[in-house]
Order: sequence, then structure tokens, then C-alpha cells
Amino acid sequence: MERVEDLSFEAAAILSPLRHTRRRFYVAVAALLGIMAFAVYAYVQQFTRGLGETGMNRPIYWGMYIGNFVFFVSISLAGTLISAILRVVKAEWRRPITRCAELITVLSLIFAVVNIIVDMGRPDRLLYIAQHFRIQSPIVWDVISINSYLAASLIYLYLPMIPDLALLRDRPGRWRSLYRILSLGYEGTEKQHLWLERLTALIAILIIPIGISVHTVTAYLFATTLQPVWHSTIYGPFFVVGALYTGTAALIIIIAILRTSLRLRHVLKDVHFNNLGLVLMAEGLMVAYFLICIYLVEITGQEPHVLRVVLSEIQGPFALPFWGMVVLGILFPPFFLAFRKTRTVLGCVFASVLVVIAMWIERFLIVVPTLMHPRLPWPEGVYSPTWVEWSITAGCLAAFALLYMIFTKVFPVVSLWEIQEGMETAIPDVTERYKSYMPEKLGEEPV
Amino acid sequence: MNDLREGSSKPAETHRRSFFTTLAAALAGIFLLPRRLFSSEPARERLRRKWGMVIDLDKCTGCQACVVACRAENNVPVAGPAQTQNDRGIFWMDMLEVSEGSYPDLQRQLTPIPCNHCENAPCVKVCPVGATFINEEGIVAQVWARCIGCRYCTTACPYSRRYFNWQAPSWPETMKNQLNPDVATRPKGVVEKCTFCHHRIRRAREKARAEGRELADADVRTLPACAQACPAEAILFGDLGSPESEVSRLARSPRAMRLLEDLGTHPKVVYLREAKWKE
Repeated sequence: MERVEDLSFEAAAILSPLRHTRRRFYVAVAALLGIMAFAVYAYVQQFTRGLGETGMNRPIYWGMYIGNFVFFVSISLAGTLISAILRVVKAEWRRPITRCAELITVLSLIFAVVNIIVDMGRPDRLLYIAQHFRIQSPIVWDVISINSYLAASLIYLYLPMIPDLALLRDRPGRWRSLYRILSLGYEGTEKQHLWLERLTALIAILIIPIGISVHTVTAYLFATTLQPVWHSTIYGPFFVVGALYTGTAALIIIIAILRTSLRLRHVLKDVHFNNLGLVLMAEGLMVAYFLICIYLVEITGQEPHVLRVVLSEIQGPFALPFWGMVVLGILFPPFFLAFRKTRTVLGCVFASVLVVIAMWIERFLIVVPTLMHPRLPWPEGVYSPTWVEWSITAGCLAAFALLYMIFTKVFPVVSLWEIQEGMETAIPDVTERYKSYMPEKLGEEPV
Repeated sequence: MNDLREGSSKPAETHRRSFFTTLAAALAGIFLLPRRLFSSEPARERLRRKWGMVIDLDKCTGCQACVVACRAENNVPVAGPAQTQNDRGIFWMDMLEVSEGSYPDLQRQLTPIPCNHCENAPCVKVCPVGATFINEEGIVAQVWARCIGCRYCTTACPYSRRYFNWQAPSWPETMKNQLNPDVATRPKGVVEKCTFCHHRIRRAREKARAEGRELADADVRTLPACAQACPAEAILFGDLGSPESEVSRLARSPRAMRLLEDLGTHPKVVYLREAKWKE
């Protein structure tokens, strides 16, 4: 295994967060722990007094927690997109951001599950789902697909980290015994490297259908019921596209934070933001297309139960968040990102923040307006989240950030060996590949 | 191990064979399992009864005695004025106000609405743990001790006929000694709903058996608490599975309709009304 000094690029900066911790880090940790403590207090209130502490009621039986769940699930597609899809299509620029992206997947799936448990009336009976499961229930489909995705993502985060763990084991520093255990005796021999490559390639391909199934099944949670607007065949693919959009935006924000706080400007370069910005633009257009498909068809259909829900969004009590979400979060970002002048690092981050907020609102608007308008003429429901729901939501985001920060202190958040491998092999590989696209020269034998 | 084998009357070969036979049987069992897994709703021919209810809206006076009787019979907790205002109240039997027409030609139909006990129940399909199921008498039952409180059934029910315990159940001091010993109280965090007073059905069946006869139409005609309390005899109960029963006869009348029939849920609560429904 090569030593850090042998790497042909400035790797010390990537490893320096493992060695040196700035004061700002501790301040941030303290702040996040404070938010989390408050969320725990809020949850204890809810646990002892019941879900009446939230703003939910009849008929709005699901609220912010389910919206958060769908939101966290949708962020999780970031990892699959970058580290698996871009790997399969051999996009070489992916190399420095694969691990950041895969970590988002793992953590967001954990907090998706946390939100479901928080939403349960009887969290003490959680294991009944394993004990008494009925395969007909879409909740069980979700449990199966999310757990598979979490397992596959953990493996996919861990496997490509083994060479870096071996490298850390072989140099002086903290937690060497941890790295010794985790690196599984990896020495970088040709055989080990080959197996690593094979396994990574296999999981990269497996994880794509699993990832898509997670978002589809999460949509089925709503679409398989008979409720107006939810009961739609387009919901599955719509959730996949929405997840691509949200996940990419979250990734842009996170690599922007990493780049400034860990001083990785020379690794997470402007070109990564440019490329991710273009990806985000395309995904935004797809989401806009899906929204037109859904709303235009529903409005022209004039089915009274459906129309009531749709009208409450486009001109009723939800008009402000709805149009804010559509204009600022879905129509504006692709337009803004289309120009090279505005597609700067700062521009990409700006657009991504809009997208993440808008897509959270979008998830909320999927859950609440439908439940507010049941089919029978009951009085219209009213829902406004209480401090308990807001605190627990803030606590989830804080815990997400904290775990991410702790990871950057224990493991290199940028893959060293993948970059090294890229620098050694990518240029000849790509040259070879591009040559193979070109027509044969005169007098040359076809390859 | 060897000693045991020598001591046994059967040679080792037989042991191995019986082991493989068991294994094959177990595997076959696994393949047969899905059929059971996928049929949560008992097949219609397997139903012993098909309990149903007929509510005659032309007789109903809107007095809400059924709503009160249901609460008392089934130990439905009292949410209190503030929580009821927040839509946290529980009403197994409720009154749905249907407005018809618009001013000046405005009418209101008060509609008593228990659980519909759908034959094709959307709530039963979505429950992840089988806490709600259709029993062999067609009743959509709820097992409080199994419910995990995910509230998927409550969102899936197109009639909003399921209720969640948002807090620990409570009753005013004066009512505490009046709880019905036949019905279990529910803890906080689980879903509850109308059971067609199945504890009363059980008692009626036991009585009939003790008298050495089958359960007759007259035994159950006004059996549920709501039907018993109705002063206008607008609510009738019976077996929709037997074509001669009073409820079956009424369900065939041209006045009969069921709620949201086009959804294909096949409710077992039938409403009777002479006048056409206005938009």
C-alpha cells in the first residue's frame, strides 16, 4: 500500500481534519447537541402524553413527521446517483464526491426511519412489524426496501473505504486499532484490489434498482390508498424524479460546506459545482414536467373530490407555499442554473437551498391537503404543527449534521485511493475510450 | 452420538431419510404459505354470517340517541371540550351533516354513520401487522393489543370512520364506575372503531345456544347499542348473508343506497331514503 507521501496529489489537506480540530468545530457540536437535547425533551413530552402533543387530529392523521420521512427518503437518492449511476456511466469527475454523497444516503435513511418511529402511536411495538408482518401492506414493502437500501448503502460506503482505512492504519495517528479492524487486513495486493473492484462494481449496479424501488414504494404508501390525488399511477416515478432533484441539491450544499470548513478548495473544485448544477437543472425541468402532468390532468378531469384538494393548493389556504414552491423552487432554479454566469459555486448553493426548502414544502403538500379534504362532507380539517413537531424536525436535522461532522473527523470524507486511481488510469482510459468512438483512419485495420 | 444410534432400533439411514422428509415437508409448507398470506379477507363462502345494518333516513329524527348510546356501551373516552374542538374526539357512531342544494333551496340530511364494515375494506389491506382484519362474521375487527399506531388505516379509510387515541383515555369522575365490563378500554396510541357491538352478538349467540336453537333474526334486530337506543326504529341489524332476513329484504328495496358505492368497498351499512339526493 502506498504511503500518503507517495500519492501524486495534495492529500495532506484531506487527512488534516482527522488530525486537527478547530475551535469552530466544538462550537458547532455544542450548538447541535443543544438543539438535539431540546428535541429529546420534546419527544419525551410526546411519548408520555401521547401524539395529542402534535397538531395532528382527525382527519389529518399524518402530518409533518410523514412529510419529513418522505423528505429524508428523497435526499437519500443523492448517494446512489453520484456514486453508483455516475460510476456505471464512467463519469470521471465523480471521484472526489462519491463518499460525501454515499454518506448522505446512509444518514438520511437513518433519519427517515427515526421520523417513522417518532410518528408511531406505540413505538414500543415496533418489532411487531417483523413479528406479525402482512406482506400486502405497503408499509411492509417500505420496511423491506428501506432496510435493503440502508444495508446496501452501508456496504457501498464501507467497501470503497477499505484502501483508505489501510492507509490510515499504516501511518501514525489516532484510532489506529480501529482502522486495523476495519481495514480487514487489506494490503493493496493485486488480488485484493481486483476483488474490491469487482465487489464495488457489483454493488454499484445492485444499488440502483434498490434505490429506485425505495422511492417508488414510498410513493405507493400514498398511491395504493383510495384517497383523492394520492391514488395516482404517476406517483412512483414522480417520487423518483423528486428524489433526484432533492438529493442533488442536498449534495451541492454539503460539499460547499465541506469545501470551506475543511479547506478542500483544491479537491472539491468549481467544475464539480458546475456539473452538479447542470444535473440539478435537468432534474428541475423533469420535476416541473411531472407537476404539469399531475396538475393539468387533475384540473381538467374535474373530479370533485380531487378538484377540492387541488384547488386548496392552487388558490386555497396552501396557495402561498404552493406557488412559492413552484416558482422559487422548481421553475426558477433550472432557469438560474442555465447560464454559465450564474452557475457559479455560490449560484449553485443558492439554487440548491431554494430547491431543498421547496421540496420539503412539496412533501408537506403531498401529505396534508389530501387528508384535509376527506371524501365525505365532514367539516374541513385544520392542521398546524406544534412546537413538538418543529423541535423534533430541527433535532433530526441537527443530528444529521452532527453525525456527518463526526464522520469527517474519523474517516477521510474524500476518497484518497479513488482519486489516486483516477489520476493514474483515467486519462489513458478516457483517451482510449474516445478514440474508440472515432471512425477508423484510412488504411488502418478496424479494431 | 454413536451410542445413541446403536441403541436406537432404526438404522442411521432411516434417521437421515426422515430428516430429509421433514425438510421437504417444511419447504413445501413455505411454498404453500403465500396463499394464506395473501388472503387476509376470508372468502365469502367461508363467512358464517354477514352482519349488516340498515339505517332508514326517512325514519331518523336526528335525535343522536344512537351516538350517546354507543359511547356509553363501548367505553368511548371523553376527550373534553378543548380536545374535541381540536378534532380529537372519538365517535364510533357519528352524525354526518350532508348539505343539499343551496340557499334558498337548502336542505340538510343528518346521517348516523357507524363503521361501514366494508367487504373490501381499504383499512384492512394496509395494516402492516394484522391489527385490523375481517372476522368470520364479516365484522372489521380491531385488536388494540396488536395496533402499532401507524395510522395508515385511518388515512386509508375513505369514510374517516376510524379514530386514534391521541392521549390516554379519561372519563369524568362520575362516569368511572359506569364503564361497561364487556368492552376493553383502549390505551393511548392505538386506533379504535365501531365493532357492530360484537360483544352483544356473542352474548346473544350464547343465550340462543343455551336455549338449544339457532340465532334468529328477532334476536339481533335491534342488538347493537345504537339500534337499541333508536326511538324511531330507524336502525336495524341483521344477517345480510341470508336472503330472507329483514335487513336483506330492506337492502333490496329501491330506496337503498350505500356510501361512496363507486369506490368498490362494498359497505355493509345500507341507507334507505325515498327522496333523490341533490347536489
